Formats: sequence, structure tokens, C-alpha cells
Amino acid sequence: MALLEVSHLDVRFALRQGEVRALRDINFTLERGERLGIVGESGAGKSVAAFSLLNLIAKPGYIAGGSIKFEGQTLNTMSERGLRKVRGNRISMIFQDPMMTLNPVLSIGEQMVECLKAHRRISTKEARAISLDKLRQVQIPSPETRLDQYPHELSGGMRQRIIIAIALLLDPDIIIADEPTTALDVTIQAEIMALLLELCEQHNVGLILITHDLGVVSQVTQRMLVMYAGRVIEQGLTREIINDPQHPYTQGLINALPQMATPGEKLNQIRGSMPSLSNLPSGCAFHPRCDFINRADGQPRPACTQQVPEFVESGNCRVACHMVAEMLEDRRLKEETR
Amino acid sequence: MSDQVETMQRTTPAQTTPTQNEESSESLLQIRGLKKRFSLSGDFLDQLRFKGGKLVRHQEHVHAINGVNLDIKRGEALCVVGESGCGKSTVARTVMGLLTPTEGTIHYDGQRIDNLSGRQLLPYRKRMQMIFQNPYASLNPRMTIQQTLEEPLRLHHPDWSREKILDKVQDVMGSVGIDPDWGKRFGHEFSGGQRQRIAIARALAVDPEFIVADEPISALDVSIQAQVLNLLMEAQQERNLTYLFITHDLAVVEHFGTRVAVMYLGTVCEVATTATLFAKPRHPYTQALLSAIPRLKDDRPQHIRLTGEVPTPVNLPSGCVFHGRCPYANARCHQEIPALQTQDDGTRVACHAVEEGRL
Amino acid sequence: MTTPTTTTAPSRWERLRDSYLWYSFKRDRTAQLCFAVFICLVIAAFSAPLLAPTNPYDLAQIDIMSSELPPFWVEGADERFGLGTDAQGRDLLSIILYGTRVSLLIGFGAVILQALLGVTFGLMAGYLGGRVDAFLMRLADIQLSFSTLMVAIVVGAVVKATMGSAFYSQYAVLMLVLIIGLAEWPQYARTVRASVLAEKNKEYVDAARVMGLRSKRIMFRHVLPNTMSPIFVISTVQIANAIISEAALSFLGLGMPETHPSLGSLIKAGFDYIQSGSWWITLIPGAVLIVLVLSINLLGDWLRDVMNPRLYKG
Repeated sequence: MALLEVSHLDVRFALRQGEVRALRDINFTLERGERLGIVGESGAGKSVAAFSLLNLIAKPGYIAGGSIKFEGQTLNTMSERGLRKVRGNRISMIFQDPMMTLNPVLSIGEQMVECLKAHRRISTKEARAISLDKLRQVQIPSPETRLDQYPHELSGGMRQRIIIAIALLLDPDIIIADEPTTALDVTIQAEIMALLLELCEQHNVGLILITHDLGVVSQVTQRMLVMYAGRVIEQGLTREIINDPQHPYTQGLINALPQMATPGEKLNQIRGSMPSLSNLPSGCAFHPRCDFINRADGQPRPACTQQVPEFVESGNCRVACHMVAEMLEDRRLKEETR
Repeated sequence: MSDQVETMQRTTPAQTTPTQNEESSESLLQIRGLKKRFSLSGDFLDQLRFKGGKLVRHQEHVHAINGVNLDIKRGEALCVVGESGCGKSTVARTVMGLLTPTEGTIHYDGQRIDNLSGRQLLPYRKRMQMIFQNPYASLNPRMTIQQTLEEPLRLHHPDWSREKILDKVQDVMGSVGIDPDWGKRFGHEFSGGQRQRIAIARALAVDPEFIVADEPISALDVSIQAQVLNLLMEAQQERNLTYLFITHDLAVVEHFGTRVAVMYLGTVCEVATTATLFAKPRHPYTQALLSAIPRLKDDRPQHIRLTGEVPTPVNLPSGCVFHGRCPYANARCHQEIPALQTQDDGTRVACHAVEEGRL
Repeated sequence: MTTPTTTTAPSRWERLRDSYLWYSFKRDRTAQLCFAVFICLVIAAFSAPLLAPTNPYDLAQIDIMSSELPPFWVEGADERFGLGTDAQGRDLLSIILYGTRVSLLIGFGAVILQALLGVTFGLMAGYLGGRVDAFLMRLADIQLSFSTLMVAIVVGAVVKATMGSAFYSQYAVLMLVLIIGLAEWPQYARTVRASVLAEKNKEYVDAARVMGLRSKRIMFRHVLPNTMSPIFVISTVQIANAIISEAALSFLGLGMPETHPSLGSLIKAGFDYIQSGSWWITLIPGAVLIVLVLSINLLGDWLRDVMNPRLYKG
């Protein structure tokens, strides 16, 4: 049994324009110590996915279907009390903006001790000792003095280290990191990502990394999901997807990176922009931007505009694309005739 | 924090006048010894403090840029790279006259422009334009796209007829890939990428020759970044534009820039052509910056791990501003500010270690 | 943030219909009720000459013999006077209608004056900053340290001393507009300055400067339209405040004369008779005043909730 098992997750928002389906049919599993990346552009629903894992979706959003199972317990039907035992304790979160998580009027030490005492019956002294140990683990210089400092006295990179220390405080099984380094500078980002990777490996902690940065995902994670307009359109081993993306959107996303083009030449852009969730195109949500809706004979594939694509297995990856499905079907037929 | 920030005048070794520079003849824009300080101390009454029985005027400053010298050649795209707080945006805003420099000069096409009044600057406004970072904030939410694009034309071409202005607006909207029929709509009805296109259209409307782009793609999604970057490159080819391109993203620089200036804490530490910089970074900071780009295809990258904290621009370190995080720093780096020195291949580096051949 | 799909732009009416303002109004019963009450009162007040059974300003229509008659539901009522009469024998319904008109006129007039002064000063202080800002804001502080009452007493005394009290009574409406307008402009100036300071740092203002536009045009064409929401919200509160201020001044005898009474002076005039059992002369105008101010304030609350940019993204 996997540590975390998400199946058919469906999240909706009841807005005044009507109901918007923010997430549709999300399926994935996370094993102990595994690192999973969720990649997508803004509006793809990756942050909603992160929040819904801990049932933190705020109104008007709600989980409309599917299940999230952590060690066999279903989180989305669990009581608030039961959830609190999981949140922060077994699964912890790291947000993009450290100031969102840190309370500006409490010192670092107070916040860490408070967090520890909320979940464990220990003395303040013990809690401080554990906090100090965690601060050492995240390689903060002079951790003793940091305990008595306030968040505003620290730099952005230092704050994010503190956040990681707090996330590790209760020795969780999974860390969910939502764009943990987006607000940071490149050199600091590299340091923080290296640190996170190191700690996860050391303590055998599972990591769900939510980001828009394909470079970071390729360096840190083992498996990844690519999201578009509330759906997963491709999932599988990170290395395979990065080296040989199947879905036209993933291909476009990777090829659009400046490092994939010859300097001075035009970049390979994807035309158009992400549709709004309240006004999704029919069929495959990506079809208005897709270059591959035509079949080999030059005729447009009707399925693309009419039918939401199902997942097909392609090697170790699962891809939701009619074009890929057709290609695989052709290949199978050829092999059969041979 | 010292009371003598005011007296902490940092002398910049590379104080050269335009005529001394061999590049000056072909430069469109010349920045010499540019410094910008922002006061942190409020108005006069707030600055007064009692100290040792005497009333002392106490001032604190953010030293956003400290003696920047740059030349931008006609037709090139000069990229200024650096991390947040390094002063790259301050350079852009000072060049555009949105900020007045504390010290130093800016020459545009041979004419000094940093001391001109708003009215005197008007002819230059037509020749130099700016594109901003946040497409959600750079369009006036109460104006339609048509009004937004007409405004600069009406101001700079008061003699143009209404038809001519309308034609020009249609023309410029078409050239950035916005349907001219959408003119009656407001900015918030468009997506981020489209808004940035409109902002580019506004800059292009007056047919400028020089464009300052301050992080124009960092607020956009990856697939949209490529679209906007392509648009900027197309515009450069068609209109023979010169760019001052501010960014924190080295991957973009590699693709877009003709030359690169790397900034750290208000000073330029390396200027080189893009190819040279990426092939052979000289300054230790440039090296660290390059190694930090998350590359797609390498698995376990070798980051150069910097130690130490980025100093605040309020209390600048003595000597080289990078010495606190530099693995090669020695006693000289702690005391003496390095000047930009031209290398064999034309690269200019401000580093004692490079100069001494230690690196 | 949806990508436009059709090429025709929506008209003004369509924009209003699709707006959050309209959506929230449709769902808010309190706002609808308050709006209805407020509009009814405004229409009734301004069509007073058509609706009122008598003209209380016309001395020929007043009969001192029919003074202090109670309203129709009390014994001893006269069927000519539905809400009874006051101490001078004026029909209470008519005089309330006329009085509401005076109160509303002063309220709106004073707020227009406040807004003109406050918005101009606030805009200049916020956008130009530096010394202009320091000067104007200190001026506002000084102004705020005088209460409306003190301004009224000083202006009243000066005008009465120089021009005579007949002149003062004749131009009482104008005087009150001036007094309340002058006394309360700092509210506007502060609100506008705060939102200008927020808007000033946005990139569209920089873009306008880079374009080469003059400060005056940037202030009025670019910054001002974007500070309209708070101006709108504060205006409702200020109208209610101005009406209350006027009532208070009139009650203290510093406002409208009894020959041309506002709601405030009516309450004052009736107050002397409340002991003698003629409670209606003071209580009915009082109730009208409360309903009027309450409906404006509740509308203002609703508007503030709707226009709070933190609550919705648009």
C-alpha cells in the first residue's frame, strides 16, 4: 500500500458564475521517501491540488468526489480533529511566502516550541533542544541566536530555511512544498533546493513539490505530473518526461524554455493562453493551442474537439492525448499484422 | 548603523569621462559614475537626534547603485542581470528619468539627459520608451485599450488628425498580435500575456529607437514568456531597436542578450558579450550565478555553494561588495574596491582575484 | 480575467449588469430596502411643492387657531392635517417634506464642497508629496482640531456681525453648506491621499510619466479615476454626517431659522412642547431624520463591503 494515494480527486468551486471544476480526476500515489513534482502554469490547479490534499480548501471550494488516502485513512472524510493530527505532524507544508507561515510577533523559538507542544507532550526545554537540532539540520549559522530572533530580522533565504526546519520539526512522512523557492533569488534558490533534497533523502521523507519551474522539477523529483486546466495530462518518471515528453503541451512547455533554443533564434512558443476554468474548450482542453490536432492525412482529428481524452499508457508514462492514443494504436496494429 | 553614512562617500575608481572611452562614438546611451541613494530617515524633523547632549542630524541611506558605468551600443540588447536588491531596476528607472540620480551623468545620443526638466525631456520621451514588469499594474484599469494607446500619440503628435491616430493604433495593435477590434475593452478583460502585448504596443506606438524593459516576462507563465520574448525580438529586427533589458533570469539572457552586465549590490561586476560570459565567466559571482540555473538535462548539478548572507545596501561592506560571500577573497578584497578592468577579449571584470591571476 | 472571445465590446449597461455591484445589490435585501427608502424620501422631498397639502412658507395659509393639532390616529385630530400641526399651526406633513428638502440640500451641497476641496487637496498632497504634502496635511490637522460647531459659531458670529442676522437667515442654506463643507474636507483629503499613495506606486503611473505627460494630467486623468471607489464609499457616510451636523446645528439654534425649518430646526421647535403633550411635533421629524440617516448609512456599509478590493477580484 502506498503512503499517500489520491484517486479520482474532484474539486469544485461554487462561484456566482456557476460551478467551476478546479480539479478533475486526479490520480497519483506517493511511496515513502519518494519525491513527486506537480508542474503547471498559473491556473492549472496545482496549488488547489496541494491544499486539497490536507483538506484545506477554503469556501467556496469543496472536494466533490474521489478520495485521498494516507496510510489507508481517508483524509477527505476525516473529522477536523483527526485531520489536525495529520496536518503538520505527519504531513507538513511549505509555502511560497515564508511570511505567510511565520507569525511576525513571535520569535522563531517560540513558534517552533509552540508547534512541538501542540502535537507532543514535552517540556519547553526539550522542545527548544529539538528546535535547535532542526535549525542545525537546515544549516543555519549560529542557530542558538536565531531562536530568539523575529522573522523580520532574517533574510528571505534564511526565513525559508526556518520554514523547512519547522516543516521537519515533527519528523513528518510527507512534505508538501508549494513553490518553495519562487520568491527567492537564483543563487539562494539553488541552495534551498539542494538542502531540501538532501534532507528528504537523509530522513526518508516523501516530497510533493509544486512548481512551474521544469528545471527545478527535473533536478529534484523522481516522478512528475503535468497539469493543464485542472487535469493531469501527463504523468510518469521525471527523467522520461523531460527527455521524451509525449503530450503536445508538455513538449511545448519544455521547448519554450530559452535553454532549448539556439541563442538569437525565435523561441518555440505555444500560441494562445491557458483557458479559464469557467469556460473550458470542448473536448481536449488543449486543442485550441495544439499543433497536432491534424491526423497524418492532414484532416483534423474530430476526437480532439469533441471528446475529453482518456489516459493511455506509453512506456512508463500515462498520457491523456488522442494523438498519442492514435499513434500507439497504429503501432499495435502494425505489430499485429506483422 | 553609523552616523556617518553621509561621509561614507565611496570613491569609484572607474570614474571615466565619456571622451576617454573608446566605445563612446558608437554608444547610444552612456552611463557614467551613476549613484543613487534613497533616504530612509524621513523628513528633517525625524532626522534630528539627541546624542551626547547635542542635537545631531542623523541620516540613513539605501545605496541602491554605487558608481555604475555602462555603454549601450546602437542596435544591441544589453542585459543587466542580478538578484533582487542589486540595483538593476534602479538603473533602468534612472535612465528613464523616473528617478533623479544622486551623482553621475547619463548621455543619450551625445546629449546629457539626467538634468533636463520634464518639458525638455519630451523629445527624448518619444525616442526612449519603457516596458514594465507587472502587466496587471502597468495598464490603467479605468482606461480602454484604445484610450491607452491613443494617449502617447496625441501627446507626441498634436498635429495628427484623428484618422491618422486611429490608423496608427490599429497598426500597432496588429503588430503585437492583438485584434484591433478589442480596443473598446478594458485591461482587466485580457490575460497576462495579452496585457503585456498591449503594454509593448503602447511603448512602440511612438516609434522609439531605444526601449528599457524592466523584467518584462518575469510575471508571466513559461509558455507566455516565450511568446513575449519572441515579440520583443521581432520588434527589434523590424524596427532596429536598442534594448536595455533588466532581468534576473540568466537563461533568458543567454537567448536574448547581445551583451550582459552582471550587477551585485549596486555595482557592475562583469560586462561581457553573451557568448563569452556563458562560455567563460570570470567574476566569482557570475560563476556562482551561472551554476545556479536549474538546467533540464543534468541530474546532479554542481552548484557553487555561496556562504554568508547578502549584505544590505544600507551598510555596504568595505572593499569589494562581494567579499563576504566570495571563496577567493583575501585581505586586499576587504579593503580596496575593485575597478572594472578590460581583459584580452574585451570582457570587463571588477575583481582583484582576476586581476592578480589568482582565478 | 477571461480572454475576450467576441469582437464587440459590451456596452455600459451590459458592464453594469455583469458587474459585482449589481450582482451583490440583487442579493442584498437590506441594500434594496435602504435604497428604496432613500429614493422615496429624496423624491418626496424634492417634489414637496407638488405633494404637500399646504405651503408652510406661505404665511397666508397658516392659521394660528389650528396649532398643536395631533396626528390622525390620536383623538382630537383634524382631518385636514394628517400628521397634525406644529405650534404655529403649520401642517406637519408639509413642513416635514419641505424640511427634508432643506436637510438633503444642505447635506448634498456640503458634501460636494467637501469633496471638491478634499479631493483636490488630497490628490495634490498624495501625488506631489514633499512640502506640498506636509503643508496640506498640517492644514487638515488644524482644520480637524476645530469642531464643526466651533466653525459654525465663528462663521455665524462673523456674518451676523458684519452683514446682520437678516442676511444670515436669508442665506442660511448657503451658510450651512459653507460651514459643514469647510469643516469636514479633511476626511476626504485623508482618504484620497491614502489611496493616491497606493496608486502612485503602480506601474501605470510610471508608464504615464515615461510617456511624458504633465503631472496635472496624470493626477486627474490617471490617478483620480482609480481612487473613485473610496471616494464613493466615504461620500455616503459624509452625506449622512452632514445631515446630522446640520440637524445638530439647527437644534442649537445655529442653523436654519424656524421660518424655513430643516428637520433639525423642526425637532428643536417641537422640543419646547414635548412636556405639554404635543410630542408629535418633535418625534415625527425626528423619526424621519433617523430613517433618512440610517438608510444612507446602511447603503454606505453595503457599498464599502462591495467595493473592498480585498473581498473580490475584478
